[in-house]
Amino acid sequence: MPLPAPQANVRVVTLKIDGLDLSAREDETLIEVCRENKIPIPSLCWMEGLSIVGACRLCMVEVSGSNRLVAACSTRVAEGMEVQTNTEQLQRYRRTLVELLFAERNHVCSVCVSNGHCELQWLAQTCGVDHVRMPYRNAGYEVDSSHEMFRVDHNRCVLCTRCVRVCDEIEGAHTWDVMGRGSDCKVITDLARPWGDSSTCTSCGKCVQVCPTGALVKQGTSVGEMVKDQQFLPILARRRHLR
Amino acid sequence: MQRQRPDLPSADKRWKLVNATMRRNGYAEHALIEALHSVQDAFGYLDEEAMTFVADSLDLPLSKVYGVATFYHLFALKPKGRHACVVCTGTACYIKGAGALIEGIEQRFGVAPGETTADKALSVMSARCVGACGLAPAVVLDGTVIGKLGTEQLVARLEQEIAE
Amino acid sequence: MNLDDLDDLADKYRQEAADAEVEVRVCMAASCQSSGAQPVYDALTAAGEATADAPGRKCRIKGVGCMGLCSAGPLVAVAGPEDGLNESVIYRDVTPDDAGEILTSAVDPKASPVARLHCPSDLPFFARQQRVVLEHSGIIDPNSFRGYVVVGGYSAMVRALTEMTPTDVIAEITTSGLRGRGGGGYPTGLKWSTVAKTPAEQKYVICNADEGDPGAFMDRAILESDPHRVLEGMAIAAYAIGANKGFVYVRAEYPLAVERLKTAIRKAKRSGFLGNHICDTEFNFDIEIRLGAGAFVCGEETALMASIEGGRGQPRPRPPYPAESGLWGHPTLINNVETFANIAPIIREGGDWFAAMGTERSKGTKVFALAGTIVNTGLIEVPMGTTLRDIIEVIGGGIPGGKAFKAVQTGGPSGGCVPEAHLDVAVDYDSLKTLGTMMGSGGMIVMDETASMVDVARYFMEFCMSESCGKCVPCRTGTWQMHSLLDRIARSRASRSDLTLLEELCEVVQATSLCGLGQTAPNPVLSTLRYFRDEYEQKLTTPSGH
Repeated sequence: MPLPAPQANVRVVTLKIDGLDLSAREDETLIEVCRENKIPIPSLCWMEGLSIVGACRLCMVEVSGSNRLVAACSTRVAEGMEVQTNTEQLQRYRRTLVELLFAERNHVCSVCVSNGHCELQWLAQTCGVDHVRMPYRNAGYEVDSSHEMFRVDHNRCVLCTRCVRVCDEIEGAHTWDVMGRGSDCKVITDLARPWGDSSTCTSCGKCVQVCPTGALVKQGTSVGEMVKDQQFLPILARRRHLR
Repeated sequence: MQRQRPDLPSADKRWKLVNATMRRNGYAEHALIEALHSVQDAFGYLDEEAMTFVADSLDLPLSKVYGVATFYHLFALKPKGRHACVVCTGTACYIKGAGALIEGIEQRFGVAPGETTADKALSVMSARCVGACGLAPAVVLDGTVIGKLGTEQLVARLEQEIAE
Repeated sequence: MNLDDLDDLADKYRQEAADAEVEVRVCMAASCQSSGAQPVYDALTAAGEATADAPGRKCRIKGVGCMGLCSAGPLVAVAGPEDGLNESVIYRDVTPDDAGEILTSAVDPKASPVARLHCPSDLPFFARQQRVVLEHSGIIDPNSFRGYVVVGGYSAMVRALTEMTPTDVIAEITTSGLRGRGGGGYPTGLKWSTVAKTPAEQKYVICNADEGDPGAFMDRAILESDPHRVLEGMAIAAYAIGANKGFVYVRAEYPLAVERLKTAIRKAKRSGFLGNHICDTEFNFDIEIRLGAGAFVCGEETALMASIEGGRGQPRPRPPYPAESGLWGHPTLINNVETFANIAPIIREGGDWFAAMGTERSKGTKVFALAGTIVNTGLIEVPMGTTLRDIIEVIGGGIPGGKAFKAVQTGGPSGGCVPEAHLDVAVDYDSLKTLGTMMGSGGMIVMDETASMVDVARYFMEFCMSESCGKCVPCRTGTWQMHSLLDRIARSRASRSDLTLLEELCEVVQATSLCGLGQTAPNPVLSTLRYFRDEYEQKLTTPSGH
């Protein structure tokens, strides 16, 4: 006699995204389902394997029956949910958000080691940003090359905090954090001292690999040479989770 | 894996006050803001030595302590002047001329909110509503709220305090 | 302890205080203290001691909480035995030199009040108010546990603990129709029952006393005038939802409120009204104070919890809501000071009594802080549904200096400006929303004809910009851009396309921001554009070369 099937502790729900009928585990978020099904949703702060912060707001989507937009990264699926990911309004909002990011710091792609491999650049292309309508802030930011292997260029930082999270959640060093608030926010190592002087950094380089732009890069790379490898993250995250 | 708590940075008795605050909270992570308050109460500002001591005592990353210390505007990372003048910039005070007070102080003493005069006599700060809207425009001078002052009166009062 | 025992206790305290026939009450709330209430109190005390053996009524000098008319401080009230110490003569702008005269008049039953200082209590400012939250404010000594018990304090808590089940308590709150006084107006009964129904070993109650809206000082006055009332409300909430631990998150900018709260918690614990086995029941509840450190965003509930946990006060996405996963992941009830201050009277008088006040969808009374260019600056409490015109022109006494009214700003940096044309609207949560502003916590800033609405919008945007936590892109960078656009408009250096961009940014920031601060940051701009668009238009320049 066959044993009774074990009670599944996670249910499966069906939902509709951009008119497609899809199924998902009820503990999944909208962005995970979209990625599985190759539905493109832009995002900067979200990354598989890291905790969710909901900061970049690029993954906002429309959910029928809700009068507010929701962030796909921090919204769980639900039975019967109907989602629109790419309306004209959402496209307009995303374009404005990308413009806001470009105007905030000093992103000069032509001299960036990440040119051609930069998530912000891709976003600008996919969202159709051909110029920035608002004034650039033109605030001066420093470049810290004190670390023997890596460099941080705050001019290119979008404050997605992937570096902060990977350092804390995966490496366990918590060398990075964010200081200040509002427009004064900045990623820092230890007590905002030069990275090279850090007593906690293990030089593992995970922060560099997860950084979406040319803010965190390897020393010695030239324009366009900095290609990032993020394969390690889901693997490490899964192993950590299983432990 | 119990981590050894650090020794007090020096024989200065004020460290005992800071340590007592953390002990009262069981050296828990959530005591961080309370601990920073007690450092600021005792020393007037937070320097690297104090932040390192608090981080080590509560077993927190240095960057986290720095991140928290710079997030909250009441925490100062530099020593303040002998006198502290906080100009309220709440709506009622704004309507009734807080901007003129700030300009007046800047003209006379050359310091904007957030700055301290070179002779360390006066620190000027701004606050988001001290809740004394009935006395607008209000300033808090060395902990005392004074209200309904014109720019000239305020500057005169500050000069007098500094001279004393 | 049951209600009879509490009554006996109150009687005992009353007897012990019965030696005085007249009470001279000095307002010792922050605003009056700043105007010099302490020297007045000292002078009255000295004069009282000097004349202690003189003939006439026995007199007690008492420091009390806020009487409301802050602009006329220091305020002193004299209550005689004619009406059981209830009705009082109010004196305004009192100086220490007036002490002798006030006392002489107070102790002599035949003497008339000191005319020079007299502030008639039939002024609309006093007469038109209806006090529920502020019922004891300005009457009892906020530092006295006994004083609170004498006026019926803690009877609601004792009734709840001994005669009601947690379900009964929640039902009563639901019947009352009370909505959160912090700004959102979420039904309090619904919030409580959600937390109550979430199964958990550990739950928390948080009192949000991080009153950050500039121009709002209701919560400060409540904490400074009647702190036990807030503790009682929190304890009743804790009993109803099954929590045993509470936090009051209060601004460090309010040192006097913090001091009085500390005293109140200490005294309540010592008398067995907080702590373990409260009033000999099985109910345990302890309250701790947590100080803010100057961050407006910590009024947002998830940011507030992050701050209590010792971190940067940055909001996180909701859901999960605090009712499900709050402080350290445990179900948490968060209400603001005024909401908790309404709980005891609702339990005492019943939910129906409360629901009889106010409008269809907004019940009870609301405390407002009147400030700006208005004659009577201070704190008032009126039934929901009072018109703005009544509040400003009648209770507030109108605009000083013969100037004309232009707008009233409500809801702080999340709210908007209401022009003359809409002053006859009955104030409640929904009517203000329709006007493009919001109730907020209750600050009302009145502006006369000289105020520039573009300046006002720029002021609030500057506020939101520097109070933005920096976490999400639209709020961090959008408020900066909107502020720079407003600044250019205010300085007549902007073109029509700048105004168009400003409006578009308003829409994006409103729709995409992570928390309420960002979502509502455009409101002051949108509301001034709605009612005073011509002021923006007048400042636009025609761009050359186009």
